[in-house]
Amino acid sequence: MIDTLRVTAQEANDLLTSGEASSDEIFSAYRAAIDERDGELNCFLHVNDDAPGAGVPVAFKDVISTRGIPTTAGSKILEGFKPVYDATVAERCAARGLRTIGKTNMDEFAMGSSTENSAYGPTRNPWDPERVPGGSSGGSAAAVAAGMAPWALGSDTGGSVKQPAALCGVVGLRPTYGTVSRYGIVAFASSLDQIGPVAKTVADCAFLYSVVAGHDPRDTTTVELPEPVQVPEAEDLRGLRVGVPKELNEAEGIEAGVSEAVNAAVELCRELGAEVGECELPRSVEFGLPCYYLIAPSEASSNLARYDGVRYGLRVSPDGIREMYEQTRDAGFGDEPKRRIMLGTYALSSGYYDAYYAQAQKVRTVIRHEFAAALERFDVLVSPTSPTVAFPLGAKTENPLAMYLSDVLAIPPNMAGLPGLSIPCGLSEGLPVGLQLIGPQFSENVLFRAGHALEQALGFDYVPPRLAA
Amino acid sequence: MAITRDEVLHVARLARLALTEEEIAKFQEQLSAILQAVGKVAELDLSGVEPTAHPLDLSNVWAADELEPSLALDDALSNAPDQEDGYFRVPAA
Repeated sequence: MIDTLRVTAQEANDLLTSGEASSDEIFSAYRAAIDERDGELNCFLHVNDDAPGAGVPVAFKDVISTRGIPTTAGSKILEGFKPVYDATVAERCAARGLRTIGKTNMDEFAMGSSTENSAYGPTRNPWDPERVPGGSSGGSAAAVAAGMAPWALGSDTGGSVKQPAALCGVVGLRPTYGTVSRYGIVAFASSLDQIGPVAKTVADCAFLYSVVAGHDPRDTTTVELPEPVQVPEAEDLRGLRVGVPKELNEAEGIEAGVSEAVNAAVELCRELGAEVGECELPRSVEFGLPCYYLIAPSEASSNLARYDGVRYGLRVSPDGIREMYEQTRDAGFGDEPKRRIMLGTYALSSGYYDAYYAQAQKVRTVIRHEFAAALERFDVLVSPTSPTVAFPLGAKTENPLAMYLSDVLAIPPNMAGLPGLSIPCGLSEGLPVGLQLIGPQFSENVLFRAGHALEQALGFDYVPPRLAA
Repeated sequence: MAITRDEVLHVARLARLALTEEEIAKFQEQLSAILQAVGKVAELDLSGVEPTAHPLDLSNVWAADELEPSLALDDALSNAPDQEDGYFRVPAA
């Protein structure tokens, strides 16, 4: 029997190529794990028993269109919606034989940091089911941590891959903006949305990234990768310059246990041969979150205009077309999408545009320049991925601003279009702590190399103790 | 920065959201708090700074002007709440 809690995607694939297990046997092992654990954890919105392919399984966040397979983005407004084409990332996974085992739970329209905003109930953290898995790709991260999929794809707009990976003790990559196609992805904030892999190891994460990355003529914001993806092997960090941005490591609200684990990892960088130094991002952290919460809701208010009850999705049908639009949207959207649509509509409205949206776009330039300056001195910047470990369900649902602060450290590099890798670097109060590695645009190979070397040296056990047999 | 009930109603109308009384009160309070927090961007003097709309230096990305197959009519209508004679059907405007 395959121990899906322990086995990496690479190892599962080795079982397949060596003939020790068939694709169906591997699929059944993960399918059995879903039967055993998903009643409690609620990672999946749809499980696909009829998944073609000859390879290992993969799970997709429910923001990724899958032809003929329900795709809801965690929203009631898309209940029952069946896409008529595959997202490019789904197509690329299928072309490599990966079998879509299911669609994972998420905050509605990827708006949230805990997966509690799903219209289909929250996902629970495999390390402690009374706690959140993070979000918005909480279903993907928890499914991988709980051995229900060897790896998964999520989406990251303001930290939605990195933060749940951190809270669930797995590895997550938010790629450089423009390296992974958004064709067929339910849009949230188009200048920020990126699809990224979640896996147990950095090597698995790199491999899945190599499957989905690269130019797609159907998404004009994509580019060709400047160099092929290298699955990392080096176990030292000799020659690597590691920067520790003061503001990202000393921000208000970072838990002591989180700082402790991250500081130990920084020390380990030194022991592995890296040159470590301090740097500053004076305005990026202080103004990153406000900048994000103007730009992302503004783009969302425009993107979510398409849910009008005309072509697909829910329709509430009174007399009159305006009444149909307004009542469909009121009935179909949950609180968080409504809040962000309202905020974005306000920020873009006549009289406020210059003070809010246009000003935020300028702040974005400031953030880009600050990171560019720091990354001239350093190859990689490090910080906690999230200021806290996984928090209890319900702890932040009544206070949107407190929830938004979960991503205060993940957001700034996203505004600059930079890639970020989160790897588990230890435990605090028995819960995983994530280390965020940030590099220049298109530096994924450097992040993989650094992440892999640290991962080997840290020896973090990604199996949640309560699930270990 | 506090926003008024009338502003909430105005924005809801622009966004085509029929809010309940309860939602209007809740959003007035929450949006005021959020706007106060994000309004922080006004503290910076950014005259002369160019805005960033997009993180990559891409412009004028054209597709080849070639005919390609598009969605079949049946596929395009397959998720429609209501349809008639190959069209989406909606209540009278």
